[in-house]
Amino acid sequence: MTYEEGIFYVVAVLTVFGALGVVLARNVVHSALFLILSLLAVAGIFLLLASEFLAIVQVLIYGGAVTILVLFAMMLTRVRDMPRALNGPQWPLAAIAAGVFGGTTITAVLSTEWPGETDEATVVSIEEIGNVLFTNWAVPFEIASLVLIVALLGAIVIARGEEGE
Amino acid sequence: MIPIDNFLVLSAILFAIGMYGVLARRSALLILMSVELMLQAVSINFIAFAVYLSPETFTGLIFAIFVIVIAAAELGLALAIVLRLYRNRQISNVDEADLMKW
Repeated sequence: MTYEEGIFYVVAVLTVFGALGVVLARNVVHSALFLILSLLAVAGIFLLLASEFLAIVQVLIYGGAVTILVLFAMMLTRVRDMPRALNGPQWPLAAIAAGVFGGTTITAVLSTEWPGETDEATVVSIEEIGNVLFTNWAVPFEIASLVLIVALLGAIVIARGEEGE
Repeated sequence: MIPIDNFLVLSAILFAIGMYGVLARRSALLILMSVELMLQAVSINFIAFAVYLSPETFTGLIFAIFVIVIAAAELGLALAIVLRLYRNRQISNVDEADLMKW
């Protein structure tokens, strides 16, 4: 086992631990904190995949903005009276569905022969990503900014409510 | 270096955990967090395929960027809806929002 594989296993275990914490924690705030751990560990996975740009974006957007937003909404919608069950009555079925899905996918991954070079990740530089993003992918890029502005306006309109409220 | 299978298996595990969270949880916020986990799994898959299988065009990397953009938009809108639901009806669980259930 090379040292890279060692690092991968550490980061992967952190990711899975954080993810399990999100779905199993008994306290919603703990879930959000586990989510931060899991998302930062995924940034580490991106670094191991030799894509620094995505790792930076991951830390900025997920580690910073998304988790803060979720915690903010959590504080605003806290239902204080009587502790309620966090899981619905359907949770055993959910566990079975997720287990079957995970098992099938892992079996499929392990039994597939991947074409091409599967031992070595190739580093893609930030310059290359920028070039491609503004040439081949310029139209989707602009549409993405349109989607963001529409989502922003929609969120403001929905959350603000009617006049005189 | 690390074989691609490791990343794909990790991604499958993460997606399955997120799927369990989406199906089992009642709170809208916890469901949203599980959706984020599933999107992360998809991003890992996209990037792994991009850097291992087609590093010349690396389409997967671009797709991962778009996944992050759409996830941010989705989360902003969904949180606005959750806040609205809480302010109008004082509920934050999805199974209590059954006004349109027949």
